[in-house]
Amino acid sequence: MSENGHHIVSPKIYAAILAALLLGTWLTVQAAKIDLGRWNIVLALLIATIKMSLVILFFMHGKYSPKRTQIVIVSGFFWLAIMLGLTLTDYTTRHPEPSRSANPPAIAIHRA
Amino acid sequence: MSGTNNPGGEHQLPREHYLNATYGIRSWLLTTDHKRIALLYLASVTFFFFVGGIFATLIRIHLLTPAGYLVTPETYNKLFTMHGVAMIFFFLIPSIPAVLGNFLIPIMVGAKDLAFPKINLLSWYIYVVGGCFVLYSFATGGLDTGWTFYTPLSSIYSNAAVTPAVIGIFINGFSSILTGLNFLVTVHTMRAPGMTWFRLPLFVWAHYATSLIMILGTPVIAITLLLAGLERMFHFGFFNPAYGGDPILFQHLFWFYSHPAVYIMILPAMGVISEIIPTFVRKPIFGYSFIAASSIGIAVIGFIVWAHHMFLTGEATYAAIAFSFLSYLVAIPSAVKVFNWTSTLYKGSISWDTPMLYALGFIGLFTIGGLTGLFLACLGLDIHLHDTYFVIAHFHYIMVGGAVMGYVGGLHFWWPKITGRLYPEFLARTAAIILFVGFNLTFFPQFILGGLGMPRRYHNYPPEFQVLNVMSTAGASILALGYLLPMIYLTWSMRYGKIAGPNPWPATGLEWKTASPPLTENFHETPVVDWEPYDFVHRPDLGLTGSKPKLPGKLSPAHGDD
Amino acid sequence: MHRTGELYGQYKTLDQQKETATLGMWIFLVTEILFFGGVFLTYSINRHQYPTAFGVGGNMLDLFLGGANTVVLIASSFTMAMSVWSAQTSKKAWVTLFLIATLILGTVFLGVKVVEYKQKFDHHLIPGHGFDITYCSKSPAAVCGLSEKEHADEVKEVKDAIETEGGVTALNAHAQLYFSLYFGMTGLHALHMIVGAGLLLWLILESRKGRFDANYNTPVENIGLYWHFVDIVWIFLFPLLYLINRHLA
Repeated sequence: MSENGHHIVSPKIYAAILAALLLGTWLTVQAAKIDLGRWNIVLALLIATIKMSLVILFFMHGKYSPKRTQIVIVSGFFWLAIMLGLTLTDYTTRHPEPSRSANPPAIAIHRA
Repeated sequence: MSGTNNPGGEHQLPREHYLNATYGIRSWLLTTDHKRIALLYLASVTFFFFVGGIFATLIRIHLLTPAGYLVTPETYNKLFTMHGVAMIFFFLIPSIPAVLGNFLIPIMVGAKDLAFPKINLLSWYIYVVGGCFVLYSFATGGLDTGWTFYTPLSSIYSNAAVTPAVIGIFINGFSSILTGLNFLVTVHTMRAPGMTWFRLPLFVWAHYATSLIMILGTPVIAITLLLAGLERMFHFGFFNPAYGGDPILFQHLFWFYSHPAVYIMILPAMGVISEIIPTFVRKPIFGYSFIAASSIGIAVIGFIVWAHHMFLTGEATYAAIAFSFLSYLVAIPSAVKVFNWTSTLYKGSISWDTPMLYALGFIGLFTIGGLTGLFLACLGLDIHLHDTYFVIAHFHYIMVGGAVMGYVGGLHFWWPKITGRLYPEFLARTAAIILFVGFNLTFFPQFILGGLGMPRRYHNYPPEFQVLNVMSTAGASILALGYLLPMIYLTWSMRYGKIAGPNPWPATGLEWKTASPPLTENFHETPVVDWEPYDFVHRPDLGLTGSKPKLPGKLSPAHGDD
Repeated sequence: MHRTGELYGQYKTLDQQKETATLGMWIFLVTEILFFGGVFLTYSINRHQYPTAFGVGGNMLDLFLGGANTVVLIASSFTMAMSVWSAQTSKKAWVTLFLIATLILGTVFLGVKVVEYKQKFDHHLIPGHGFDITYCSKSPAAVCGLSEKEHADEVKEVKDAIETEGGVTALNAHAQLYFSLYFGMTGLHALHMIVGAGLLLWLILESRKGRFDANYNTPVENIGLYWHFVDIVWIFLFPLLYLINRHLA
């Protein structure tokens, strides 16, 4: 089982991907100049993800690679998602304690 | 005496094998033979075991008295930190994979070497360089942050030699990554004809799972330590509250690796046990596919439980419940293994050779260690047990009672293959029992101490805890004897041990069809595998036919099989 | 293990060797995903906490240089892919030419980064004692090479940020976090590019010996994988570092 020479991607496709990537870059710069509030980051990451996918699928031959390689690629991102996602579940559910020095309790605390 | 060879004199060492194929120091330091690299690792991990052991000795002596007169509190902090760093990063994580895994995996899959032999050698050199940085740190002020390097102590306030240590562990991480990469690729692409996935020895499955963890987890500790190091060197503020940085972020990043790391330490030992038990019970292992799947299961689930180390950092209750539940879940595949090993013993023909003693000890001690982990996964209990000696006892039962016993047992089991010679059996069994007794005397009292509230990482303790601490130290001295004895007789046996022959036990893996010690290329011809693993009945090539196992005297040497 | 032709001793066929090498490179890239992932996580948490400081910091980066660098790197990925194609179709001269083009583009990228880093140094934006995010807005426009309009925008932006953060000290502290991440992330990326450049140089020298063709081109392909990965990291770094709050500019 090998990916040796079974599929040679043509320069035309490479050129098309290059054009798409340059277009994506221009798009993301333009999108950044519009105020979309918290959707700016979402849009920027979406465009970046699409660009990344094009590089992986075509420049890196991901589309033409054996299943095993594709599983390896997906696993890498899946594990990254675990790290980012589960950490964020902690951050988004923490409620910081109100500061005791700002709001001292009514009862005096005696120090031994 | 079952399971051992007919009286010596019948076997000769092969004329040419990997140890005498080439001579001179360059042939060792520039070798790409996975077997020689395994021995290079054996020397270096043993060295770090000594280093960590010395620190452990000092800790236990210091804790003989409640007020602790041996060292100052600052030095005590350094002792437990350096004990942890040396043992975890430079002994436990590399030990079985880099020594036994490197030696055996190519032979077990029927290959001449690993997929990337030069990278294998590079792994060892990276390990040595990382080790030198850490030793430099130990020698120039030590480390006092705990092996967990929590910020901002490690990144800002500590006055110890944190930076070189962090660099050393960072470098060492790449040794782990490259070894894992080598194993994964080897198992995928280098198997001999007929060696399907479900004919692989469970030792290989265990290392495959371990390698998955090494690949996915180690880079994260690398970047974490890099960031902490940058913070220390250049005052970047990621984990510094004064700049708005977050120490909790460090803990998340740290434990994302360090929890799966404990599975890096135990899975290979479980692989060893899965090889030893069928051999000394003379029947196939019970539930092969479940054991294989459970290794992968442990590797995967192990990645989603890390925040159970952070229950007391202010986690929201629901987040904590989720991690607690997942931590209970990860115990299930481990339990599956324990049940399957035990079931293998049923109606088997058990012999009590040294590797079997270690394996049986492993099952008992790992069970205790694993169950006490569930105590800690319980939120309510963890509030009281966190940062006490209960935690220390829990992980030492797994790391020492489990992983180290698996390592020592594995060394004994494959010693004849590695050196061509047998160790002295009676002395070895005695040492195993001494180790077992010493271990339990050292660490069982620590469960009680933890339950009573003795905190960990404290240089002193209330006087009412002294009896248990003295018991623990007494046990430690017995444990030390249990380690020293094998070091002595194994070394002795390399020169004076009885010649073993290709398959002294006998066992059924591919490695037992090669000569002892094996050729540099492992096999004269590529083997073709047409048997199921752990089959003690239908292996005429090993002299095993019919329902009753034949005496080992009828075994044909490996060469005659080709 | 000895080598016969291109076949190393532990392998049985060239096909097995290629399969092994390629799988090895992909697994290595997965480790790199997790490696960079850690610092992306740090970035996410910190940006979520301090959006104002991150916005101000981001606007102090040169959008033109960053954008140009992105174009350069994408182009270098194209030339790298073309080099692999040339090897697969045995056009040996083109292999070397495309590799040289890739190396040149990579070097341009690194050169631009040097320019940018120097700019940060001049503008007192290196984390540490001398860090001062108000330096450019406090000084006349020409000091930091800004136009009058750009300078006025920055003055306003910094003033608003100081108010939101509750003081210059807080803004400086959190902005230092941003710049620590800027230097950390782009520095790590640049380090990977330097390694990549070294690998490209080796490839160029080997390709000039006529070593790579349709039968054997594994090193070109695998180093290409590495190069594309480094490009992907930048594809994310660019919007995350340079395009935070551009709608205010």
